[in-house]
Amino acid sequence: MNIGTELPPLEIEPISRKTLALFAGASGDHQPVHIDLDAAKARGLDDVFAHGMLTAAYLGRLLTNWVSQESIRSYKVRFVAVTPLHARPTCTGRVESIEGGLATLALTVTLPDGTTTARGEAVVAVTLP
Amino acid sequence: MYIDRDKALQLSIPPITLDVERGRLRFFAEATGQTDPVYTDLDAARRAGHRDLPVPLTFLSNSIELEQPEPLAWLAVLGVDLNSTTHGEQSFVYHSLAYAGDTLILQRRITDVYLKKAGALEFVVKRTDIVRAGELIAEVDCVIGVKHPEVAA
Repeated sequence: MNIGTELPPLEIEPISRKTLALFAGASGDHQPVHIDLDAAKARGLDDVFAHGMLTAAYLGRLLTNWVSQESIRSYKVRFVAVTPLHARPTCTGRVESIEGGLATLALTVTLPDGTTTARGEAVVAVTLP
Repeated sequence: MYIDRDKALQLSIPPITLDVERGRLRFFAEATGQTDPVYTDLDAARRAGHRDLPVPLTFLSNSIELEQPEPLAWLAVLGVDLNSTTHGEQSFVYHSLAYAGDTLILQRRITDVYLKKAGALEFVVKRTDIVRAGELIAEVDCVIGVKHPEVAA
């Protein structure tokens, strides 16, 4: 692992209504705006949209595909744009710095049209204690 | 109307007791496209040095708290219109992995309230301490945005 190392990108299948229904049940977030078209319309939206934490889970997979979970010290995700239905997110990450046995990674989730939906940061132990 | 910051910081939010179940973690893996068997197959988890199925990075987030009855009562009591909120940020500091079979206590409090965009957007930071048998295993922050469309940005 070196500064500038890019993690192997993680490409996600298009997000379907089924994806959102399953994630609602599995995650505990049953808020209707993610799974009920009527509720989304009542809120002035054209359609349901993905849970932020679904994006966070995908970005988490990018990390644990690359390092074991116990080496991850912290993980932060900021949701900067809505992920619409049928979107195909791609998760990427890059090692920004390494200091005191800890690597800091910059993480990004983007859609094919160039929209960034989430930015994140993780701190990973380079060698396990 | 903005949140009364002093009231928010002193607000008592009931803790949640969470029994982590293997089946639930397998369901979470399916729902998030996780195919690494460490998260679904007990033998694979044990071969990787885990005592049971590990709880993945983001399972213990605000989402699991939303499963409670009236999950956003703590926000409503501060006068927030629950139709004006967005999930702005979620962060985790990990001290120890949680596993299926664990009983966890989620201790919650509000740690900050602040304004951005000239008052058009207000943020509430909720901290959840994840405690297992008296040991703090993770600190989880959820930042909720509250829109104030009546304020021009």
